[in-house]
Amino acid sequence: MIICTSKMEYPLRTQCQRVHKQVMVNGEKERVSLLFMKALVSRGSVDAVSQQMASHPQYLESFLRTQHYILHMDGPLPLPYRHYIAIMAAARHHCNYLVYLHSAQFLRVGGDPVWLQGLEAAPPRLRLLDHINKVLAHQPWLTACSHIQALLKAGEQCWSLAELVQAVVILAHCHSLCSFVFGCDTDSDPASLSKSPNGTPPTFCPFDAANGNANVPQTLATPSEHITRRRSLDSSCDMVCLKEKIQKSQEEREKREERLLQTQGLQQTDMEEEEEMICFADPTRFITDPDLCYQEFARREEDHFQVFRVQDYSWEDHGFSLVNRLYSDIGHLLDDRFRSVTTLPSMHSPDLKRAIWNYIHCVLGIRYDDYDYGEVNQLLERDLKLYIKSVACFPDATKTPVCPLSLAPLKPSEQIHVNLLIMEARLQAELLYALRAITQYMIA
Amino acid sequence: MEKMSRVTTALGSSAISGRTMFCHLDAPANAISVCRDASQVVVAGRNIFKIYALEEDQFVEKLNLRVGRKPSLNFSCADVMWHQMEENLLATAATNGAVVTWNLGKPSRNKQDQLFTEHKRTVNKVCFHPTEVYMLLSGSQDGFMKCFDLRKKESVSTFSGQSESVRDVQFSMKDYFTFAASFENGNVQLWDIRRPDRYERMFTAHTGPVFCCDWHPDDRGWLATGGRDKMVKVWDMTTNRAKEIFCVQTIASVARVKWRPEKKFHLATCSMMVDHNIYVWDVRRPFIPFATFEEHKDVTTGIVWRHQHDPHFLLSGSKDSTLYQHMFKDATRPVDKANPEGLCFGLFGDLAFAAKESLISSDSNRKPYPGGDRRYPIFFFKKPDQTEQFAHVSSALSVFETDLDSNCMDWFVKTAQLYLLCGKPFAELCDHNAKVARELKRPQVSTTWTMLRIMFSDPANLTPGPNHPLSKLGTLPLMNSFNMKEMNSGMGAESRLERSKGESRQDNSHLEPGNSLISNNNEDNEETEGSDGQAEYMFGDAELDDDDLYSMEHDNQTEEQEYTLPQEAFQLRHEIMDNPSAPEHLQQDKADSPHVSGNEAEVTCLTPIESFSLISISQPLFTPQLPASFFCPIVREMLSYYAEKGDVQMAVSVLIVLGERIRKEIDDLTQEHWYTSYIDLLQRFELWNVSNEVIKLSTCSAITCLNQTSTTLHINCSNCKRPMSNRGWICDRCHQCASVCAVCHHVVKGLFVWCQGCNHGGHLEHIRNWLKSSAHCPAGCGHLCEYT
Repeated sequence: MIICTSKMEYPLRTQCQRVHKQVMVNGEKERVSLLFMKALVSRGSVDAVSQQMASHPQYLESFLRTQHYILHMDGPLPLPYRHYIAIMAAARHHCNYLVYLHSAQFLRVGGDPVWLQGLEAAPPRLRLLDHINKVLAHQPWLTACSHIQALLKAGEQCWSLAELVQAVVILAHCHSLCSFVFGCDTDSDPASLSKSPNGTPPTFCPFDAANGNANVPQTLATPSEHITRRRSLDSSCDMVCLKEKIQKSQEEREKREERLLQTQGLQQTDMEEEEEMICFADPTRFITDPDLCYQEFARREEDHFQVFRVQDYSWEDHGFSLVNRLYSDIGHLLDDRFRSVTTLPSMHSPDLKRAIWNYIHCVLGIRYDDYDYGEVNQLLERDLKLYIKSVACFPDATKTPVCPLSLAPLKPSEQIHVNLLIMEARLQAELLYALRAITQYMIA
Repeated sequence: MEKMSRVTTALGSSAISGRTMFCHLDAPANAISVCRDASQVVVAGRNIFKIYALEEDQFVEKLNLRVGRKPSLNFSCADVMWHQMEENLLATAATNGAVVTWNLGKPSRNKQDQLFTEHKRTVNKVCFHPTEVYMLLSGSQDGFMKCFDLRKKESVSTFSGQSESVRDVQFSMKDYFTFAASFENGNVQLWDIRRPDRYERMFTAHTGPVFCCDWHPDDRGWLATGGRDKMVKVWDMTTNRAKEIFCVQTIASVARVKWRPEKKFHLATCSMMVDHNIYVWDVRRPFIPFATFEEHKDVTTGIVWRHQHDPHFLLSGSKDSTLYQHMFKDATRPVDKANPEGLCFGLFGDLAFAAKESLISSDSNRKPYPGGDRRYPIFFFKKPDQTEQFAHVSSALSVFETDLDSNCMDWFVKTAQLYLLCGKPFAELCDHNAKVARELKRPQVSTTWTMLRIMFSDPANLTPGPNHPLSKLGTLPLMNSFNMKEMNSGMGAESRLERSKGESRQDNSHLEPGNSLISNNNEDNEETEGSDGQAEYMFGDAELDDDDLYSMEHDNQTEEQEYTLPQEAFQLRHEIMDNPSAPEHLQQDKADSPHVSGNEAEVTCLTPIESFSLISISQPLFTPQLPASFFCPIVREMLSYYAEKGDVQMAVSVLIVLGERIRKEIDDLTQEHWYTSYIDLLQRFELWNVSNEVIKLSTCSAITCLNQTSTTLHINCSNCKRPMSNRGWICDRCHQCASVCAVCHHVVKGLFVWCQGCNHGGHLEHIRNWLKSSAHCPAGCGHLCEYT
């Protein structure tokens, strides 16, 4: 017998069960379900991004773990700071979805609502971060030792190295996540919060009262294998329930409406709970210099920007050690992400993956000595290149990406895979630039 | 020594000499290598490829191999190796995946000999066979190792590691056919050069990439590996399974590892990131580097011992564009700066302390431990060559055991359970609690309770007893009896002497002797830890007397000059009252006594000694009964004393029992602090009921509200699945009763119990009854419900 005392615990539990049940429909998705359940327990929601990624459970796991770690676990920055930095990063790309998400989380962890009025209202320390945010988001090759120095310069508003590294990781994470959100077109409207490509129904449904005996058929035959497991038995009841439901509402449109309702319902309750939620407006209030955007790196190569040589500063050899030293364990988590995204089972050949990866890095000024960039042109069609570049460099939510013809016939999960590659390549590129600048600072 | 003689024979007449020196390079170096006779070194990097001659006191540039107006990426070297048999032969690993050999004997400016472009990715390592002239091995990022015969245009064999990128390849010094390869995923593989199809052996050496490996030059079985996990490990490869025999934990990822020639247990390492130093380790002493070279300003990328039989010269190249020759005698020895003392707590409160023998030996008080000799002296006998040995360190380790019983918290649990905090008259509560404390052998606490009762009880209500005669001389006999006890256990005559000296001084100075007493007394306390009750239990009154004494002194001087009689009386009193527990409280006293004694003592300063009031009848202020508020400062200090000492239980219990009598005296924050500490403790011991009672009885708003948090339970309607906002049993939206009892099918209002497994439930009573007869869910869902 449990009479729940914690305010949140009970609805969460039922939600978890719900997710559990829903994804249990498909046996192979157990892993995803487990992840979603964890996500629900820790944050009370499974966002649309995770749902998009659900087609790659192996990757999703490391993604969620990283995200959870940098936003919620041990680290030098206070929780509201982290979400505010995430808001700043997402605002750089006008990503309403992420700004919305992190604003809500910002308030939930006790952030000062005033900050959400704009960058001017935020503490000066966070405002200082604006510059590196700008540079990293659009022209990461400009990141220089002097930026780091300016932030770490002793004074009232100075950052510590550990804080800065966490901030940089959050910035890079969110910038690249913007690319993914843009690539998957998750950003358009609230309804799409629950749009999922892989048939996983939306998970925002705080319902199911404690007893639930009012309308569940009482004579359900119990599958014998479930007897030993209490929870799974519970889910089996609801599985039947769910099946009925699915039969009833075959049409996709109906389902959508229902979801819309549920989502709205959720938003309502959210509003009730957090009355301060007034400020989900224009992301531009969190940024300065809105005109700054990506510029062709190649053209400026002649000027004075040195090409970034991976052989001289690579993630495996250098970036990892540095980031892990200043922000413990994050190196392993990020390493896991980079590793899993390249090893995901996919129809794309390893060569194609490498071409995509290196092309993004090339566009951002990072070169591999041991790569023949002619391959990029052979393997990537023009429109695919265009798509990759627009997703990686201009993930502006106000536009919609043109899905290239060469990707169109592919399964959605394959498209998502391309987007994941873009996201990770961009993440690594930003991290490399930022970490190299920090290394230079430490040596100087 | 055998080895020493070998050195001399190996070096022969051309013994190497030199000094610590460096030269600037034009560009960061990636790798360096020396030729066999140790006279030249080659430096390779992205933008540099030069040969320097090592002269007596400088580097001299001999040759620039990087030629051409716009050198191709083939010149961008990740690694370089000079052949140990053939003086003119060099090999480089290029970042673009090419393996290039160079023939210094060529007459043209461009010395490039062969170019192999078989690898698809960056080549991380090239390695010549130690004895075979034409055999070259390469390891690449693409996961392949290739063996080249330099007489042919193509590789003769390809080895696929079947795992990730190859970071290092090394031919075994002794086994002609064997080489080791280390991988980015943490594996190390052993290969037979004749069998390219499959590795001979594989094991996981590190978590994360293994950046480097090196065979021991003498011992055929030993392989040292260094990884990104900041470890250097030495593996014994002679057994069936590779066995880790040594492990050195460094502070940064290990980029290179090189065994030191002629020293069986020494190896040199440098790091890939952050740390710029070169360390030489004795693998048997893995906690502190044997020697450190700290010259470089950026990460060291290449290290090599200058001669394969000379342990005194180390060459290094770095990203800071310098090339160094380090003399071993110039190295810094971290052990000289190391702190040889160590202190650590054991799981059960034991304290281990290691210190230099010389520091400890003077301490004659140490007793041998009953459980055998607990001292573990560690000796390192001096060996002939002092520079090659760790400094002679001999430490003694002492282990201080704590009595298990003294750490046992049973008394806490018992006390918490047995104390009465409310529900009876004040005096009874005190008596009860005093009894509890006495039975638990805590006389100080017990006496404190008794004292509290005496202090705060209305004299009229005092129950007459043998110890507390209800007379005008009220507390005096009691005090005397306590003091007698304390004289025995208290401090020696010396300190008392000091004390009385201090007394004759004025104002400020009288605190000084108190100081010395404090330190004295603290020591005493440590010895009697856990049973210090006796020494302490009179502190309240004793302190009071001191206080009064002092305040009286100045008061008298200013206002009551004519007052002479008490002087005598006080001195007398003092003899009796000066007990060891007093000074302890002067500590706190010092901070706040000025105004305390100012306020309170002015009115009542002379009262505690009843005998005095007999003398000074002329003063109408003093009534035979002491106002309870008079004791408040003392009690407050007592409470803080207990709290400071860690017995927050006592502080809180007294606080609750005294209630209004004392509450005003202690600021809310402190009270709250005590309460939270005590509640936390209670909850650790799972004394939920007691903790709840404490919460209930507390008067701090912050504490009482603890019981009001987390009491809301949100439920959703079972029909429409929407949250029910107003009432718990009827849904606003679908107007149906939501929480229906599965047994009686009526709405449950009030206690509602449900099974976590199937979510069915109902009235607590009904479910209880139902479960007496059946194990299954009353709703009929077939679930075997469990209620605990």
